[in-house]
Amino acid sequence: MTEKAERKIVIPGEVIMKGNDYLPGEGTEKKGDEIVAMKYGLAEESRKLIKVIPLSGVYQPRRGNVVIGKVENMTFNGWILNIGTSDNAFLSLMEVPRYVNKDGLEEVMDIGDMAVAKIWNVNRRGIDLSIKSRGLGRIDEGIIVQINPNKVPRVIGKEGSMIKLIKDETGCNITVGQNGLIWIKGNKVEDELYAKKAILFVTEKSFISGLTEEVKKWFEKEKK
Amino acid sequence: MIETSNLTGERIRQYLSDGKRFDGRKLDEFRDISIETGVSKNAEGSAKVKIGKTEVIVGVKMGVGEPYPDSPDKGNMMVTAELLPLSSPRFENGPPKFPAIELGRVIDRGIRESKFIDLDKLCIKKGEKVWTVFIDIYSLNDDGNLLDAAGIGAIAALKTAKMPKYDEKGEKVLYGEWTERKIPVSKETPVAVSIHKIGNNLIVDPTREEEDVSETRVTIGSSEGVISSMQKSGLKELSIEEFKNILDLVEKVERDLIKKIEHQIK
Repeated sequence: MTEKAERKIVIPGEVIMKGNDYLPGEGTEKKGDEIVAMKYGLAEESRKLIKVIPLSGVYQPRRGNVVIGKVENMTFNGWILNIGTSDNAFLSLMEVPRYVNKDGLEEVMDIGDMAVAKIWNVNRRGIDLSIKSRGLGRIDEGIIVQINPNKVPRVIGKEGSMIKLIKDETGCNITVGQNGLIWIKGNKVEDELYAKKAILFVTEKSFISGLTEEVKKWFEKEKK
Repeated sequence: MIETSNLTGERIRQYLSDGKRFDGRKLDEFRDISIETGVSKNAEGSAKVKIGKTEVIVGVKMGVGEPYPDSPDKGNMMVTAELLPLSSPRFENGPPKFPAIELGRVIDRGIRESKFIDLDKLCIKKGEKVWTVFIDIYSLNDDGNLLDAAGIGAIAALKTAKMPKYDEKGEKVLYGEWTERKIPVSKETPVAVSIHKIGNNLIVDPTREEEDVSETRVTIGSSEGVISSMQKSGLKELSIEEFKNILDLVEKVERDLIKKIEHQIK
């Protein structure tokens, strides 16, 4: 990773910068002529913009995110999924890419099932989901691992380098939901657990720069 | 907060039927246990117990009160458990819910019925004044099997607890000053062992994931092979055959566990 400026850990209320030379970005606020952190995380400056990358906290839903959720309830025209946000997400029957008998909703997805879905809209009333795309829909097999949603970018790596490495090393299919739920599907349970261990290693060591190299070393050590 | 999914549950069951667990333990193997006593300077006795990532803190405090009418020459004992919201996203503030009440009661029953504390020796004046032992359990982190951890913690805290000084003229306890005497406890160490049934397998010391998948739990409090308390929860039934297996398993696990505890308290 190429770092422009040094990152600093800040806590809410901490003054990051004084003066009017910089602009407050995500996770920060301007108070008088000081830029103050609103979240606990790493403060970063790029092109006169200061932002805080949060280190903890709940998942903030965004349009276009692929998430993994659990079916909590069924209505006459869709499903309600828990994706780890404060309000539940709704998957409409209209967003299923095939014909569904209105009496047979549970044939597509039943309560307790896990599903991969895409957020297509976030508004004040709630979150709308869709499974009208490749790779989305109900999960039939595998294990689900839950991590801190703020560490998802570390698990995916730069342009997917980290997740590709884990996939190649373990031979598993891995889908990372932006909400911190990860679906691992392999040929053997051992492979799945191996992938899980690797992912947990990544989340533990997420502070280190050059993490992909570190994980490569870890895999070599594990092989012995 | 999303609980363990059916998918992962299915995998756990499948893996267990091969006699294997996710973290590579045997079915009757505990995670690493570490006990630290004397963690609170204000309590008469205290202990912090870690089983894997599960962590509880137990404190013992003594007070003086009136005895109950049906046991005028016996001390009282009270166990309270609180599942702190910081230990798991599942626990909320507010009045205690079922898991916290059950935890407190099972530990209470285990200690009371095993006669671990000699309540007869805690009488100050018959019918008027007796010692009351307060045992408080707080969870610090929940990764499954809080019950066994709390049980170990309560025993460790009681074993190391000292009696506070008592002013007989003023009839009050001098808190912050201790005598050299210990709380009268028996030599045998009672322990609570929870056995969980998943599919057709019986396991001990489940992790959070395994506890979510568990169909039935039986907690047996015993010391030196003598069973003193028992609690079953969960929805599924148990056959007589299975229950015999549970008893055998408890006997086997209990011995190792007591050895570990006694080794660490010293």
